Amino acid sequence: MSEGIGARVLRKEDKRFITGGGRYTDDIVEPNQRYAAFVRSPHAHAKIKGIDKTAAEKMAGVEAVLDGKQLTADGIGNIICGWLIHSKDGSPMNMGAWSALATEFVRYVGDAVAVVIADSIANARAAAEAVAVDYEVLPCVTRPDAALEKGAPQLHPNAKNNLIFDWELGDGAATDKAISGAAHVVEMDFTNNRLSPNAIEPRSAIATFNAAEDHYTLYTTSQNPHLARLVLSAFYQVAPEHKLRVIAPDVGGGFGSKIYIYPEEIVCLWASMKTNCSVKWTSDRSEAFLTDAHGRDHISTAKIGFDKNHKIVGLKVDTIANLGAYMSLFSSAVPTYLYATLLSGQYDIENIHCNMRTVYTNTAPVDAYRGAGRPEACFVVERIMETAARKLGVDPAELRRKNFVTEFPHQTPVIMCYDAGNFGANLDAALAASDYAGFEKRRDEAAKRGKLRGIGMSSYIEACGIAPSAAVGSLGAGVGLWESAEVRVNPVGTIEILTGSHSHGQGHETTFAQLASERFGVPIDNVQIVHGDTDKVQFGMGTYGSRSGAVGMSAVAGALDKVETKAKKIAAHMLEVDENEIVIEDAEVKVPGTNKTLGWHEVCLNAYMAHNLPEGMEPGLKEGSFYDPANFTFPAGTYICEVEVDPETGHTDIVQFVASDDFGTIINPMIVEGQVHGGIGQGVGQALLEEAIYDEDGQLLTGSYMDYAMPRADDLPSYQVSHESTLCPNNPLGIKGCGEAGAIGTPPAVINAITNAIGNNDLSMPATPSKVWAAIQASGVKQAAE
Amino acid sequence: MIIPGLNCDNEYCMDISGEHLIEADREHVWKLLNDPDVLKKCIPGCESLEQNSPDTFRAKVVLKIGPMKASFNGDVELKDKVFPSSYRISGEGKGGIAGFASGDAAVNLVEENGGTRLVYEADAKLGGKIAQLGSRLVQSSSTKLAKQFFDTFCEIASQEATV
Repeated sequence: MSEGIGARVLRKEDKRFITGGGRYTDDIVEPNQRYAAFVRSPHAHAKIKGIDKTAAEKMAGVEAVLDGKQLTADGIGNIICGWLIHSKDGSPMNMGAWSALATEFVRYVGDAVAVVIADSIANARAAAEAVAVDYEVLPCVTRPDAALEKGAPQLHPNAKNNLIFDWELGDGAATDKAISGAAHVVEMDFTNNRLSPNAIEPRSAIATFNAAEDHYTLYTTSQNPHLARLVLSAFYQVAPEHKLRVIAPDVGGGFGSKIYIYPEEIVCLWASMKTNCSVKWTSDRSEAFLTDAHGRDHISTAKIGFDKNHKIVGLKVDTIANLGAYMSLFSSAVPTYLYATLLSGQYDIENIHCNMRTVYTNTAPVDAYRGAGRPEACFVVERIMETAARKLGVDPAELRRKNFVTEFPHQTPVIMCYDAGNFGANLDAALAASDYAGFEKRRDEAAKRGKLRGIGMSSYIEACGIAPSAAVGSLGAGVGLWESAEVRVNPVGTIEILTGSHSHGQGHETTFAQLASERFGVPIDNVQIVHGDTDKVQFGMGTYGSRSGAVGMSAVAGALDKVETKAKKIAAHMLEVDENEIVIEDAEVKVPGTNKTLGWHEVCLNAYMAHNLPEGMEPGLKEGSFYDPANFTFPAGTYICEVEVDPETGHTDIVQFVASDDFGTIINPMIVEGQVHGGIGQGVGQALLEEAIYDEDGQLLTGSYMDYAMPRADDLPSYQVSHESTLCPNNPLGIKGCGEAGAIGTPPAVINAITNAIGNNDLSMPATPSKVWAAIQASGVKQAAE
Repeated sequence: MIIPGLNCDNEYCMDISGEHLIEADREHVWKLLNDPDVLKKCIPGCESLEQNSPDTFRAKVVLKIGPMKASFNGDVELKDKVFPSSYRISGEGKGGIAGFASGDAAVNLVEENGGTRLVYEADAKLGGKIAQLGSRLVQSSSTKLAKQFFDTFCEIASQEATV
């Protein structure tokens, strides 16, 4: 049975994951290991008047108590945001100073002030409790709109009115003109609820400074160890790159939250040097809620205009995004180039304008979280399309279809050039799978049971395959976003693939191996994937933005091309034929139609024995490739959600969920379906349950699983997932990416369904039973149902 | 619909108030309200209360909120005194890594049928870990603590009056 592209093979890595054999950062034990406990601010905003460490320093097992003044005195640099955005007046974004340990001010609850290094976790925590920090409490602000108001507490001296940047995309005047001349205009307000990321494995780091070799090793929960090393070296001045090895071993989920370099990893490295011990820190769940970068948190108003034939003439969006107390690594890119650029949705819209103001507040930093900007854009576009259909009195599916982009490539007015797609095919497939035509019958049947049944859809598009390096460079990115790979064939024909992509749940050890299996016919069991170690893999940009398939695998394909070419040359020499006659399949290297056949292993062995190579050929069979994408990729699809709402309690049951996606080439359908399932689960979480809430004093009210509601199995239906694929023309495998689609397309589909059920369009996420019940009371639909 | 402690705008509601009728004259009740020994008995979990000045005290209080139990060192202050009818009692304490707690109560004494009606409105704030883990319980705990304070006080005041 083929184990190549398209094969539904089981995941190679699951054996160790489900038998407890995984090796995570916290499992690493170094001989001279100490533990770090951080002293964190209980105040959302305060001036540090003094830190008294004397009592803590005398406590049992304490190696050191270190603070921010020592850190900055040692030349450790401030944490930076790696994507420079300019305001529309041309001024660069106002990036406030962020020291890994606060020196003068704390700006959110959880801001690290000092660290205790001790011989046990218990001793470190006990001593951290004894560090006396004298705070002068200052007024704070937590809501993005309030932060911009006159007289609001100010977070950073260089960000007047807490404004980080005031940026725009698209032609404002043309869009205004188009909308003012429109036959129909729909206006809406949106809140995109703030989310906590909740990877199953909390963040962790263990740093070891080897004084004799003047060398650092850091094990850390990172989605991109090379990027971590680059930033730790170039900006935080911890150590030069060649003296710093960063390893991200098994990592239990990231969803974006493990892209960034946080204060804790920096402090562990520095503290290891200060104490000459290995320093380990593992976040507990409480710290994770406080300090892992949150997601979303937008406030928007949008206006869309239609002509008399219901064709869209313009879309105008004004958004404020909360970036929290400090600018995290990619925080500026998420609400700009990953948000405003997707506001065209699947539609042919001539005029689009987006204004984006980003602000500081006394909350945890906000950065990319599964979807990153695209869920926020999709929510605006797909909610306003559904609302417009209701106001125009037309079928939401047909209003969408009428406005779909149908010819490719399609240049939108907001940078993106859609390269391929068949949006109508995905819509048709979803309509058929959901028995859209039969909905009214189901609604009537539900009404007899006293339930309000509703249907809602979302035709999402996203930009993945991040990203063409020169293009993102021109937009302010501080790095290129290519990927690298190396294919090492061993003398016995087994293969190691080294990749800069990082797997933390995506199943790369299986899917990347399938590429080699497809190419040479070797079993995937003979292919090992090596990733996550800067000493092993030369360089890579890591895993985020659904890029491992479209970019990471393309680099692997490039390296496989080179290996295949060389193997064919060797085989041709051995068989005394022309290399163009050689075909490699089923682990055989042969000339079809003849008895000239070699085992794959024989060719590989000859490459290393080097007894019989073509003249001038170097021995060995190992090739590398760097792949820089030519364009973003554009996964798209239609999701249709059907709900039943209990009018007595406001409780929503999702009774049917249909997804029709276009991901381009699919390497392993089982893994892709798993990605879609997980993404929809997170989307339902955002739509129905999840919200990170700060009170007016900046205290995080949702700081444990008692208060932050995650989706559970009984909140989710059995999904119907299918694919209508067009190939991505811009990469060798035709892959688009599938990691984020579910989280992007789901929330508007769910809210469209609930608002359809209850007959009140005024409903914000998360649509908790209390909000839904209140909306039902406001709409009077309950009576109608009775 | 209002969920206890959280309204639909996700703002924290904190409304703790109550009243008691005490069988004692107003000046006597006022005197007791200013007596550190009485205050010490009334402040829930108070382990020590030392007077620094006529209106300021140094206190050590052990509080249990939800899963958290923490010892708070802090200051208690009597403010806006209007003899013999009203004052504010406020306290603020630090509980180390557990965070901080502060509370404030406006107390009014009104003469009524030879006795005194004590009316209070209190407000409480928690911060840091104790808020993160116990936020659901802030309202109920604060109400309970305020009630405990004034129940004990009224009991003492009534007893003293009858002795």
